[in-house]
Amino acid sequence: MSTSLHIPSAQGAGQEIKENKKTLSKRNVRIGLAFVAPALIVLTIFVFYPTVKTFITSLTTDRINRSGRFVGFENYTKLFTNADFWIDFRNTVIYAVVYAPLVVIVALAFALLLNRKDIKGVGFFRTCLFMPFIISLTVASIAWSFLLSPSLGLIPYWANQYFGIEHLDLLGTKSTALATIILITVWKNFGYFMVIFLAGLQGISAELYEAASLDGANAWQRFLHITLPGLRPTFNYVVIFGLIGSFQVFDQVFILTSGGPDRSTETIVYRIYTEAFGNGKLGYASALSYILLIMTLILGIVQLVSNSKHEKEEIG
Amino acid sequence: MSHAASSATISQVDKEKIEGDKRKRRAHIRTTIAKILTYVLLIAMTIIIIFPLLIMLITSFTPNKLTQTWPPKVIPSSFTFDNYTSLFQRMPIGRQMLNTVIFAGAVTIFSVFFDALAAYGLSRVDFKGRGFLLGILIATMMIPSMALLIPVYKLLASMNLVNSYWGIIVPRLADVGGIFLLRQFFISLPRDLDNAARIDGAGEFRIFLQIVLPNAKSAVLVVAMFNFMGNWNDLLWPLIMTSKPETRTITAGLAMLTGHGSSVTPYGVVMAGALLSALPLLIIFFFIQKSFVQGIAMTGIK
Repeated sequence: MSTSLHIPSAQGAGQEIKENKKTLSKRNVRIGLAFVAPALIVLTIFVFYPTVKTFITSLTTDRINRSGRFVGFENYTKLFTNADFWIDFRNTVIYAVVYAPLVVIVALAFALLLNRKDIKGVGFFRTCLFMPFIISLTVASIAWSFLLSPSLGLIPYWANQYFGIEHLDLLGTKSTALATIILITVWKNFGYFMVIFLAGLQGISAELYEAASLDGANAWQRFLHITLPGLRPTFNYVVIFGLIGSFQVFDQVFILTSGGPDRSTETIVYRIYTEAFGNGKLGYASALSYILLIMTLILGIVQLVSNSKHEKEEIG
Repeated sequence: MSHAASSATISQVDKEKIEGDKRKRRAHIRTTIAKILTYVLLIAMTIIIIFPLLIMLITSFTPNKLTQTWPPKVIPSSFTFDNYTSLFQRMPIGRQMLNTVIFAGAVTIFSVFFDALAAYGLSRVDFKGRGFLLGILIATMMIPSMALLIPVYKLLASMNLVNSYWGIIVPRLADVGGIFLLRQFFISLPRDLDNAARIDGAGEFRIFLQIVLPNAKSAVLVVAMFNFMGNWNDLLWPLIMTSKPETRTITAGLAMLTGHGSSVTPYGVVMAGALLSALPLLIIFFFIQKSFVQGIAMTGIK
């Protein structure tokens, strides 16, 4: 863009243009930076600096009210040899690996159901199904804690009444608590992914379906060979976004189980919160934070790579 | 079909016609049944999905005694407003609502403005180092804010900003996601728009404010909506940055009311609080439903 013009026959004029370009590009740098500056200052103080600072703190035994000493990677080795960390890590990974595909499947099912134009009141159904996404996870968790309460809730009552299950305590039982939290989050968030899928579905041309019908393809074949490939970019976004989101689970755990029973629902972010703001162990919590950061970065890189692969395929 | 057809072929045509009608009718019946099944499925699913929200609404009007009886009932035998009056006695909910409006509102207004400024600089001003800045921002987008809480909290605490509006607002005044969404949109606007204004002698800031921003209304609205909703519903950040009931946001106040995990507060009161905290967002949603849904669709197309 800043290639200088060089016209031998009109040396003076060329020089002038060169000068102009130089002052212009200098002026542009000033203008550009002026526009970016407010955001850049905020991001520098609250993102760039903390990214470095968290790492430095993770190498110390800092507490909330006093600074500790430099211990190198001791916090990390402590973490990796601590069984509790592996429980948190496992819970977070299970959460992500179960939640992301589940929410995608539920969202896709509803999107397919609501993509039909011959249904009256589609807008009404969409709005209702989307409602859980608007309320906060806090509110959603409160509603479910009441429904699931073993002594007051409708769900344990119905389980007893219709299936003969006595004293159903889904959130208080080690084997079911995490699964229950995952299901509640699927209920809360599928509306968001449903809308993204609906947009993806509307992007697939109707002519493709017509042509396939003329060729005698049945509904299943049309779904498999037109709908699914057409939704591939959407899948790419939705799955990675779902995975990254589930690394940051906190609200549901905080309100529904406080990590229990017996650490069965404790996640990495919940542990960061309790270690840093409950026990005041900043060094240790910072090491945990960095592990979370690296896990997220890996997924982010996977997305970038698969995105560029898609783009190449589309061009090629 | 043909006028010159013999009687034999007419009956043939008739037969075919009857067959065809039958087939059509059968197909019609099949699609009708499929349609009915779809409706039944949709209605059932919708009821299941919104059931917890309905229970929340009902419970908030149920007398305390009736929420604590076994067997629980979907529809209680009597209704009351007591939970709402009790809620106002238990927590400074008016103040917390105001805190949330100030927090989410200020963050939304300022961060959308700063994001838009940055997006303009990164999309419509050609300058050296722009690519480098973009690269840094892309990398930053993947850093989860939850991993950065400790130094941010320490910094703000050292400035005595815990329990203050500044403390919760300032770290959120810009967000990379918003910058990117807006930049994507600004790039797609035709260059002739601002070049014409530039020839007329308009300054860059005026072009930004009077030409680019009004033309990007839908994108600005999307970023603003996500911002407002995210901050209104956020729990962890306000929870860390506030320690007194009167400085909490409604979401954090509500989480404290439930005594997280072991509930000591009657469910009717908690449900009343939950409903009140969700109401503003639900009302906003009903007014801007269409653009909200379009906006979400936009975030998925990247």
